[in-house]
Amino acid sequence: MAGSPVQVTGTVLTTRRVDAYHALTVVAPGIADRFRPGHFVTVAAGGRDTAMLTRRALTVHDVKPDYGGTVELVFAVRGAGTAWLSEVKARDTLDIVGPLGRPFPLPRDPCTCVLVGGEYGSASLFALGDALQLRGCRIDFVLGATTAERVFGALRARRMGETTTLTTEDGSLGMRGRVTDVLPGVIADVRADAVYACGPMAMLRGVTAVAVEFGIPVQVAVEEHMACGIGVCMTCVVPVIGEDGVTRMLRSCVEGPVFRGERVRFDDVGTIPFDALGAPGGRNV
Amino acid sequence: MELPNPVLTASGCGGTGRELAQFFDVVRLGAFVTRSITMAPRAGRPTPRMAETPSGLLNAVGLQGPGVEAFLERELPWLAERGARTVVSLGGGTVAEFTALSRRLADAPGITAVEVNLSCPNVEDRGRMFARDGSAAAEVVASVRAAIRYDVPVIAKLSPDVADIVAVARSCVDGGADALAMINTPAGMSIDVDAMRPALAAGAGGLSGPAVRPLAVRCVWQVHAALPGVPIVGMGGVTTGRDALELILAGACAVAVGTATFHDPYACPRILRELEELLTERGFDRLADAVGLAHRPAGTGPRGRTDLEESSL
Repeated sequence: MAGSPVQVTGTVLTTRRVDAYHALTVVAPGIADRFRPGHFVTVAAGGRDTAMLTRRALTVHDVKPDYGGTVELVFAVRGAGTAWLSEVKARDTLDIVGPLGRPFPLPRDPCTCVLVGGEYGSASLFALGDALQLRGCRIDFVLGATTAERVFGALRARRMGETTTLTTEDGSLGMRGRVTDVLPGVIADVRADAVYACGPMAMLRGVTAVAVEFGIPVQVAVEEHMACGIGVCMTCVVPVIGEDGVTRMLRSCVEGPVFRGERVRFDDVGTIPFDALGAPGGRNV
Repeated sequence: MELPNPVLTASGCGGTGRELAQFFDVVRLGAFVTRSITMAPRAGRPTPRMAETPSGLLNAVGLQGPGVEAFLERELPWLAERGARTVVSLGGGTVAEFTALSRRLADAPGITAVEVNLSCPNVEDRGRMFARDGSAAAEVVASVRAAIRYDVPVIAKLSPDVADIVAVARSCVDGGADALAMINTPAGMSIDVDAMRPALAAGAGGLSGPAVRPLAVRCVWQVHAALPGVPIVGMGGVTTGRDALELILAGACAVAVGTATFHDPYACPRILRELEELLTERGFDRLADAVGLAHRPAGTGPRGRTDLEESSL
């Protein structure tokens, strides 16, 4: 396994609110060194003697070389663990493991890529955008969320991207609607060669459908509930079609979180498809 | 069965071994216990498979795995190459399946022991687990004992969800078990109050983590008291060396670490280090001297120290 993960006790440098989200910058040289766009990290929540046994998987927004290497993590408060994280102060320490998962594959030759982000999923797209631009790719952003304060990174996208299209479901920022409403237009306008997407499962499903219609490759980073993040707990599985055409329940923490969109059986997420390898009463047993 | 140290992975909590090898050498484990291997590949249960509870974790993974052929082809050789001592956990729905599985593994090199997961639902008994009934458990253990190589020890893994764990333990030993492992996860359930639905897709699941440790200590204690000559692998919410020592004092001669690994990938080597420090601190030369020591009558024994407890005056 290339770029094997490390566990570090990182000191929190800064904490900030970014609209509806929280961001923590943590000194974690071993993780910053090995980081590739699409990687994620897990943190232990609750401090020593915590009653919360599962690690929280977090998106890496930014990696910087200062202090030997820092990572900026972005999250929304969704439960007791993230609530605890939102209370973390500068100079506290955090137990972080990373980088984890399979990063975004990058195109060999310069091409035009549309980067689609939903909610704070867009946080993972900026490091990707940097890497793509270094390879001479043109990048265009499509970011969306339910409301304006839930759209993450609109400013930065406007600075980085050739074009940036924003959508909100209530119309408070950009176009009223969802990213999938505007995506076909963007793909057609910029003559996109590939799509990268990160966000809620329903959005990834829609984005994949659009990319498939245009016949261009789409890489999606899925968000599944994880307990360990390192591939041992077997709880974050999604049905994915393999090279051989067989559907397997793959762990989004090690075989993902980045998958080829058209390989993920979005309609069957949360179930065991009857034709999956080893499905109860299935043919592939 | 001689192991270089008493800390094992708990079945289903260490992946294939490769995942943990990113963090530490699997040879440093007393033994690597595999997830329960089944004859055919299994896709497992639908998601969500996991829910966090106070100091606990509910899971219903459903023995997802590639089946015994893929295990023998890809997973066992990798562990053997690294020099890991491998305890293969066996899962099956019928006695015949356990027999077939044991036969398939009989010639495989690199198996230190087998552990029989008796918490599998018995399809011939309306899906009730083998471990709930002494005779069903003993039948499985005997079938595995008969099929597996004579020099490979058979460990019976017991469930705490029984009226009399000592009776089941005794039946398993009579059926040919060389050692016992306890506890498997007790059944639990959690309901998402916002969604007003069970938190797990499967409804109920197995509860693990420090929340079940007192249950594990009680089971180990009772079985060790009744069967002092039978080696016990203790497990259930071990997160620190102190927790491991607690199970050892109750009667376990080895300890398996499960859920703690989800929280801390280095849990196994850390717990081993902490345990060794604690034993040295207390003047034990050998782990064997501490096994079951808590059973000695009150006020006797060489180590009646009371100044170690936080709550003592």
